Amino acid sequence: MVEAGRSPNIEILTSARLEALEGKPGRFTASVHQEPRFIDDDKCTACGTCTMYCPMPIVDLFNERLNITRVPHIDYAQAVPTSYYIDPRACLRINYETCNLCAQTCTAQAIDFSQKPRELSLDIGAVILAPGFGRTDLSVLAKYGYGRFLNVVTSMEFERLTCASGPTEGRLVRLSDRKPLKKIAFLQCVGSRDETCGNGYCSSVCCMYAIKEASVAKEHDPDLEIALFFMDVRTQGKGFDAARERAEEKYGLRVIRARIPRVDQVDGRLALTWTTDDGKSCSELFDMVVLSEGLNAPKDAEAIAEIAGIELNHYGFCRTLVDSPLAASRKGVYVAGAFQGPKDIPESVTQASGVAAMASELLSEVRNTQTVSLSYPEEDKAIESEGPRIGVFVCHCGSNIAGVVDVDAVRDYAGTLPDVVFSRDTLYSCSQDALKGIATKIKGNRLNRVVIAACSPRTHEPLFQETLRSIGLNAALIEMVNIRDQCSWVHSQEPEAATEKAKDLVRMAVAKARLLEPLEKTTVDVSPTALVIGGGAAGMTAALCIAEQGFECVLVERSDQLGGNLRRLVWTMDGQEASKVLDDLIKRVDGHPMVRVMLEAQVKDVSGYVGNFTSSIVKGGQPVAVDHGVIVIATGGRENRPKSYKYGRNKRVLTQLELEESLAKGKGFLKNIKNIVMIQCVGSRGEDMSHCSRLCCAQAIKNALKLKGIKPNIRIYCLYRDMRTYGFSEDLFKEARKKGVIFIRYEPDRRPEVIERDGRIKVRVFDRLLEDEIDIFACLVVLSVGIAPGDNDALARVLKTPLTPEGFFLEAHVKLRPVELASEGIYLCGLAHGPKPLDESIAQAKAAAAKAAIPLAKGQAEVASTVSRVDKAACIGCGVCESLCPFNAIRLFRVNKRRKAETITASCKGCGICASHCPTLAISMGGFTDEAIMAQIHAFAGEKCV
Amino acid sequence: MPEGKSKKSGAVMVLGGGIAGIQTTLDLADLGYYVYLVEKKASIGGVMARLDKTFPTNDCSL
Repeated sequence: MVEAGRSPNIEILTSARLEALEGKPGRFTASVHQEPRFIDDDKCTACGTCTMYCPMPIVDLFNERLNITRVPHIDYAQAVPTSYYIDPRACLRINYETCNLCAQTCTAQAIDFSQKPRELSLDIGAVILAPGFGRTDLSVLAKYGYGRFLNVVTSMEFERLTCASGPTEGRLVRLSDRKPLKKIAFLQCVGSRDETCGNGYCSSVCCMYAIKEASVAKEHDPDLEIALFFMDVRTQGKGFDAARERAEEKYGLRVIRARIPRVDQVDGRLALTWTTDDGKSCSELFDMVVLSEGLNAPKDAEAIAEIAGIELNHYGFCRTLVDSPLAASRKGVYVAGAFQGPKDIPESVTQASGVAAMASELLSEVRNTQTVSLSYPEEDKAIESEGPRIGVFVCHCGSNIAGVVDVDAVRDYAGTLPDVVFSRDTLYSCSQDALKGIATKIKGNRLNRVVIAACSPRTHEPLFQETLRSIGLNAALIEMVNIRDQCSWVHSQEPEAATEKAKDLVRMAVAKARLLEPLEKTTVDVSPTALVIGGGAAGMTAALCIAEQGFECVLVERSDQLGGNLRRLVWTMDGQEASKVLDDLIKRVDGHPMVRVMLEAQVKDVSGYVGNFTSSIVKGGQPVAVDHGVIVIATGGRENRPKSYKYGRNKRVLTQLELEESLAKGKGFLKNIKNIVMIQCVGSRGEDMSHCSRLCCAQAIKNALKLKGIKPNIRIYCLYRDMRTYGFSEDLFKEARKKGVIFIRYEPDRRPEVIERDGRIKVRVFDRLLEDEIDIFACLVVLSVGIAPGDNDALARVLKTPLTPEGFFLEAHVKLRPVELASEGIYLCGLAHGPKPLDESIAQAKAAAAKAAIPLAKGQAEVASTVSRVDKAACIGCGVCESLCPFNAIRLFRVNKRRKAETITASCKGCGICASHCPTLAISMGGFTDEAIMAQIHAFAGEKCV
Repeated sequence: MPEGKSKKSGAVMVLGGGIAGIQTTLDLADLGYYVYLVEKKASIGGVMARLDKTFPTNDCSL
């Protein structure tokens, strides 16, 4: 967020709305109306004086109306832009021309009531719609007592209640009497999968976030009793099932399968009554009921659609097609995030990168025509080479740190340490205004080493490094201390000990900071070619997208034809013929001058680093060397082959894909077939593979409907664990029920059995309502076998990149970097990342193409400065470092008949494994020299710094 | 903006400053385009800024 606030090529227009969009792809004119903030964001220092003096209370919408704030306010301390604004609706000055207290008290003279709305006309080449989602209607919430009973809250309100900077500072209390909570119920599918409110779709995210909120609540208070009421448990995301199982076990969450129709208040508590799926009736009292509200179409969806000239679907979300999931119906207008359909953060982030690629394809010839490059002032070597003048900044993180650690005491203590010439506390050091303040203090006090005692360097160090660079100091002259995770979080019950530990950590950091040295930042040229491994739907989409952006692409496919799993698919979820999608892709790939296809070829070896990879690709037994700057992995997955359910032994037991292929051959296949039993989660979620394959539920329903369409009186039974028809495929699930498909839920410990007798097949399943086993005769048994990972081991070894326990490639960050690998310059899409349907694979391929094109477009890659360095004189060439390096970043070469190690700085991740194993201490780490680390250890041992 | 050679504009408008809008904006800027990020509220961040922690890494959502 702050990154967006800093870039010179990004202009943030807040309180603004689109009013008109004229023109054509490549050349639009957008009319934007911008309301005044009445506070000049260049002058505002976010001190909060205006809020303090304002006499008019208003509800705090950011905190879900659980708090009050004043007319001039800021949504939250780290907001971007970090400037207060005036809510004109309740302002006395704006409405009655009285008051003016805020303007009189603002020392920065930032308040400006003369500001008028602005009408802007923007010349743009493409439009991206990412307006997010709307909230559940109050009338829907009211059905569950919301509005009448104070202790019925929405999941968003609960999110604010658990937040340390929220209205209760993270204390979990009943809103009616502020007494601690003992027992909480989460009700799922509020405003989702609910025809009565018009939202037939599934919101896809609520099951998982409810489990997260329940887990966070249990972290706050381990004695809480929590029950979650699900219809189906839809945790189909990558790694979500495993996370859910861990949470259920660790926190003892009760999972109940029932839909609660209403909430009553009895004796100050909330009464729930439900019927379980085995027919039992139950009721219980709770202190709080959390309504897991779904994601609606945005409130202004219709207005946006009208202005932007795009079509919506029947639920009011943006309409897209399976084979082009990011394109709105008007050319040059693209859509990402929840407006395209309810989705979680990783998928939104993926789509976001994907639409960036789409816009980049359209506008590649005008790339870099309107941007400026960011420049930093020259490093001030004079200050850097002076003796250490250390500044220590201790962060409150609101109450997140200051609620436990005595920040003032830590700050004062820091001031007594050697070479510390300045110490200060800050409310939120990561907020834009605090960063400005830190920069001013560094300059004003001629500081040349900085210690920030705050949160995790993993997420926030780059921010502070940028701050240093912006004022001419080397980014390596900073040291971060994590007093949030390591003090206030883990020792929340012992504030004094936590404070002492914070002092210890600060003392150690100061000892290290005294020895910090500037590190050089280097850049390497990027070879403008991409290597895409895998020629299925994802690989072809990624290759085309990179090529359309103007870069050469080598597409390597192991088999003798392009297409991958898409070859076997007959119909897409929205009823298109899959072969058309496939043929179109292949035609475009074959015809593209920038794409070079290599069939029957395999990547045998990869060396180099981002910008300068060299791969050895074996084709027809001959290795070919290819130079390229980036790699996209799109190696796919495969249909799982189960050993169970008589598959492979009885020809009437098929997989869903085999059924699809048979149906495509003609109706004759269904002659004499009256009964079909489908079994879900064969292989997935336990038997052969632990993960959920995400697409089988929708695929089974798609095929069931196809069967019903061809032969309406055919009987279809679907045996399932949770029907995971998330998003709009819930519509198909509903249609299947209407058309008479019978759904029977089974528990994993009582799986169905396929029994052969006298040449006939029957499926035995335990019916929970009858409490007995039933036998269903089946002419065909169709198994949803799930997606198994491809043979990823060899490639993972070549690339030295990790796999998940399930055997899929592991992304750099599940939420925020879903298509990047930890190693720079390698990207990921399609089934190689995890099971997903075609539209998601295509969106992800576009996202990978966007990320891969970034280094290609820049032409240069910046290399991290925290890298290892080898002292050639001390190196004995033993090779331990080379054999241990997980990133292929250190190699041996010969100098005068002796072997010496050398770091490939562009590949080095600064992990330190080589340095810690070097028997002659010949390797040192930038930013982590042995001397500095020893100084830290000595400082830990005693008050006296060595 | 060089007229004549190409009629296209090298700028993009992103409507909505939530996590999707911000990510698109950053990627587009990295790809060499000027970006207008149009947000109806007074600050960007959207819903994700209001989440306490995110699943499953429990990272601060900001």
